[in-house]
Amino acid sequence: MSKFRIEKAPAPAWVRPAIPVAAVVVTFVITLVFIAWVKVNPLHTYYYFLVAPFTSTVSMIELLVKATPLFLTGAAVAFAFKAGYYNIGAEGQLTAGAIAGAWLGVVLEGSTPWISLPLMIICGFLGGVLWAMVPALLKVKLGVDEVVTTLLMNSIIVYIVSYLLNGPWRDPVSMWPQSPDIDQSAMFFKLIPRSRLHFGFILGLITLAVIWYLINRSGFGLKMRAAGSNAEAARFSGVNVGNTILATALISGGIAGLAGVGEVAGIHFHLIPGLSSNLGYTGIIVATLGALNPIGVGIAALFFGLIETGSLTVSRALGVPVYLGQVVQAALLLVTLGMFVLTNYRLKREG
Amino acid sequence: MYVIQMKNITKRFGNLIANDQIDFDLQKGEIHALLGENGAGKTTLMRTLYGLYSADEGRIFINEKPVHITSPRDAIRNGIGMVTQHFTLVSPLTVAENIVLGATKGISINPREISKSVAEASRKFCIPVNPDAVVRSLSVGECQRVEILKALYRQAKVLIMDEPTAVLVPQEVDALFKSLKQLVEQGLSVIFISHKLYEVMEICGRITVLRGGKLIGTVHRAETSEKELAKMMVGRETFGVVREAGKDPGEPILSINNLKHVRNDGFERLKDISLNLHKGEILSIAGVSGNGQSELVKILSGLLKPTEGKIVLDGIDITGASPTAINAAGMGRTPEDRHAGVIGELSVAENLALEGLDDYLNRGVLDRKKIREHAQELIEEYQIKASPEDPVGKLSGGNIQKVVMARSLSRNPLCIMAAQPTRGLDVGATEYVRKKLLEQRNRGAGVLLISEDLDEVLGLSDRIAVIYEGRIMDIMPASEATEEKLGLLMAGVLDKEKTPTF
Repeated sequence: MSKFRIEKAPAPAWVRPAIPVAAVVVTFVITLVFIAWVKVNPLHTYYYFLVAPFTSTVSMIELLVKATPLFLTGAAVAFAFKAGYYNIGAEGQLTAGAIAGAWLGVVLEGSTPWISLPLMIICGFLGGVLWAMVPALLKVKLGVDEVVTTLLMNSIIVYIVSYLLNGPWRDPVSMWPQSPDIDQSAMFFKLIPRSRLHFGFILGLITLAVIWYLINRSGFGLKMRAAGSNAEAARFSGVNVGNTILATALISGGIAGLAGVGEVAGIHFHLIPGLSSNLGYTGIIVATLGALNPIGVGIAALFFGLIETGSLTVSRALGVPVYLGQVVQAALLLVTLGMFVLTNYRLKREG
Repeated sequence: MYVIQMKNITKRFGNLIANDQIDFDLQKGEIHALLGENGAGKTTLMRTLYGLYSADEGRIFINEKPVHITSPRDAIRNGIGMVTQHFTLVSPLTVAENIVLGATKGISINPREISKSVAEASRKFCIPVNPDAVVRSLSVGECQRVEILKALYRQAKVLIMDEPTAVLVPQEVDALFKSLKQLVEQGLSVIFISHKLYEVMEICGRITVLRGGKLIGTVHRAETSEKELAKMMVGRETFGVVREAGKDPGEPILSINNLKHVRNDGFERLKDISLNLHKGEILSIAGVSGNGQSELVKILSGLLKPTEGKIVLDGIDITGASPTAINAAGMGRTPEDRHAGVIGELSVAENLALEGLDDYLNRGVLDRKKIREHAQELIEEYQIKASPEDPVGKLSGGNIQKVVMARSLSRNPLCIMAAQPTRGLDVGATEYVRKKLLEQRNRGAGVLLISEDLDEVLGLSDRIAVIYEGRIMDIMPASEATEEKLGLLMAGVLDKEKTPTF
């Protein structure tokens, strides 16, 4: 009788890019159960999920709007993970960027877009850097696990926002806790008139291109990849691992901050509680799904934009809860991660 | 009566024969030493007995009955316990919890009861432990006692100890030996793995010597001497690479003065090392690994700061300097573990550029053309079987070592530190690496070769130093060195004629 044994054997390189595609198929098979549960036709559901958003201009634009912050949070997470720094704090860093943007946007009253736009970008970036600094320093100087600290920083900033909006920054004319609207000049311009698609989309694409170049073509990127995959050998080869990780962590925070300023200056025009709605955490999924490659991150973000738009379309057309989309998202992440792990093994038949 | 008999044990790993038809037996109430250098096959044989490996050939008898041992569970059931160098204790749990772990009955445990039964066992076996202490707070010696008591608590009649003294300070060694002697009187049998001759002569009844996976012989302590054991342990075959007669060594290039390193836990790993390396010579540091070589290599690589002492390379003080600074001062470094010198996920070309990265940057941007050309040159010159884009992790050990050496030698260093450069390499790659080191010496560089391979040391060196427990035992010209002499020094038996200080 033959037995099977699991042994460690990495799959060939071409398998990796194929995984996300395979994961989509497997995920849809698994989620059949849930779709059947709410008593709708699975084929219809998948149609509304994947195809319907492409049939109208409005929903296609909405797809890009949804993808915009994910370009940035995905880029932030992928950049940090590439250096072996597990930044789970994009959520908080995004919020810090949003706070910074909401503040500067009000201060810039009466300015012109030529001045306001670059200042808003810089200010949002710095907000994210600032919020990323504490965990980064704790990691590099004292070896404190960044997963814990970056995660906890996310909760702290929720209360800071809550304080600002119920206290000093509360817009007196609004019924809801929100800050006053930012100046006209500080608002990101629209890419398509009368839509929600704003300059942040371009900013996201530029950022992805920049980090691709930084990772793959710069000396800093080489050091960062070295530190991320074998810190001991990197140190031996003369890389200052501490400084490299510190710089990576701060840049990652800054990129997440850009996502925050984009949401304020492009969508809401003021700070609101729960502005992020998990964009930072979704960024982790996007980065993982994109295999930490900026091009992959871009595609994964668009795919998430599609699923999110699709889940709205599905619920509207078929009358199912929006949560169905979230179930699909979560299942997709688990399947993808599982497949990445499984590619390192193979089944061997023993005579 | 024999409690253990292993007959004709053969174990292969791929092409490597780790154990070649080895016979080994253990009588009731004896301490039997298993002596040999690193890689001689001692640990493999004992892992086979403990069920961690399954032998390809051969049979095992316990109490003169044939048994099949396929897992540590089987071994424990047959009354065999093993204490390894790396302890298998759960650090947040207490001593008592660790000892009963896996040997409890039922669902619930009563902390007071297990504490009491462990205290009882501690008294019975005369192994003092505090049952309620948390393992995390224990010293290395205390952890070892817990491991021993754990085995005895599970009714072990045979205790395998894998280099138990390697991690202990001298006082702890004395206490361990006292405990072992008492336990043997109570009827325990012990297999004592070691490469230290004086220890073996101190507490063992019989001694079995392995070398290169083969059984060399079993002798009684009374009928042998440290000299004979050293010879059995390190006996050599002839050596391949031919060394030209040395020119007169040039001026000193690297001087190490009174180097000390004390680990955080107070363990002195390097005790007052002083060495002078000259231009155009190969100075070897021979020794069984674990005697302070790792610390020395790390200090010379810039990865570890010495507690005391000074290192000067060509007039530049490099004590505690960064890897980059040491590299820039003219030191070519080969790490002990070649995988700790290159980054497996990066390409050959990227790895070759990483050490002197500033030369390959154009305003912070990688000069990819230069990096690729540089890699291509080195791949040709050093006959590395790879293309510049291949990830280094995919290469064979020999080719990885060539990448490591090509990177440091291409910068024409004044001084080369090569740590265990041929460990685990096949014959072809080994000869290639040795030839390269001789080339560097003939070019006029000083080569510091840290190796536990006596073939290599005797075949390449102009001078040989022997390190033992963090101390240089002796330095001699290669012409005065013999295997036997080195063997005795490496095993900690002092050559009393030459070291009047002891």
